[in-house]
Amino acid sequence: MGNGTEIGRVRGLGSAHQGAEGWWHHKISAGSNLVLVLWFILSIALLPAYDYATIAAWLAQPMAAVPLILLVFSVFYHFHHGLTVVIEDYQHDHTRFVLLLLLKYFTIATATLAIFSILKVAFTAGAAL
Amino acid sequence: MAVSIVHRVTGSGMATVGTILFVWWLAALASGPAAYAAFLDLFTLQSGALNVVGYVVGIGLSFAFFQHMASGVRHLFLDAGANFELGANKRTALSTLVISIALTAAFWVFLLEKSNG
Repeated sequence: MGNGTEIGRVRGLGSAHQGAEGWWHHKISAGSNLVLVLWFILSIALLPAYDYATIAAWLAQPMAAVPLILLVFSVFYHFHHGLTVVIEDYQHDHTRFVLLLLLKYFTIATATLAIFSILKVAFTAGAAL
Repeated sequence: MAVSIVHRVTGSGMATVGTILFVWWLAALASGPAAYAAFLDLFTLQSGALNVVGYVVGIGLSFAFFQHMASGVRHLFLDAGANFELGANKRTALSTLVISIALTAAFWVFLLEKSNG
């Protein structure tokens, strides 16, 4: 195997020489978001009540906790990419760098807090069942 | 054009306000019944029904989701190279707004009917 043809090496990369992969990952996460967020909205709408005991017992089920963790991965990945594009399109001075940095910190911090909280409820409320 | 901007606005809104509220809800849940009650108290009356903040945030975020979903699905077709004829393109742009308003209304009718028994 060689390194491929010249056209093969650049195909899909466009004039920016990068970004096609980000575009494709945005589509993939859009598809999983569609399924996961619709599942989440329907599950919440169908719950009998919204008090602590009801929600904790719901989240203690593997079939609620696991899709919700998948939702966090999919949605947070998607909004990180979406907001990156918005910042790159509208911020042209040094604030672009600062905002992109803050976005990365925000995404990782909120995702970690979300996943830890889901697991804590799932393991502690689940243990009492 | 307008629908594309609205797609960015609803996406950015959910990514910021939606993310903070979602994570706050989960962290309150993980902190225990007292923290969860304090979270619920921000959005509900003594009776347990939603207050003004609860309605504004709830309807706002649910509309943002349905709008972003509808125009997002439209974008998937556009990215595949379909739907660039002017008439059809404009009709599907308008239909994303109609569909998202209808889905938001249906969602809230269902929720309110359920809570009223």
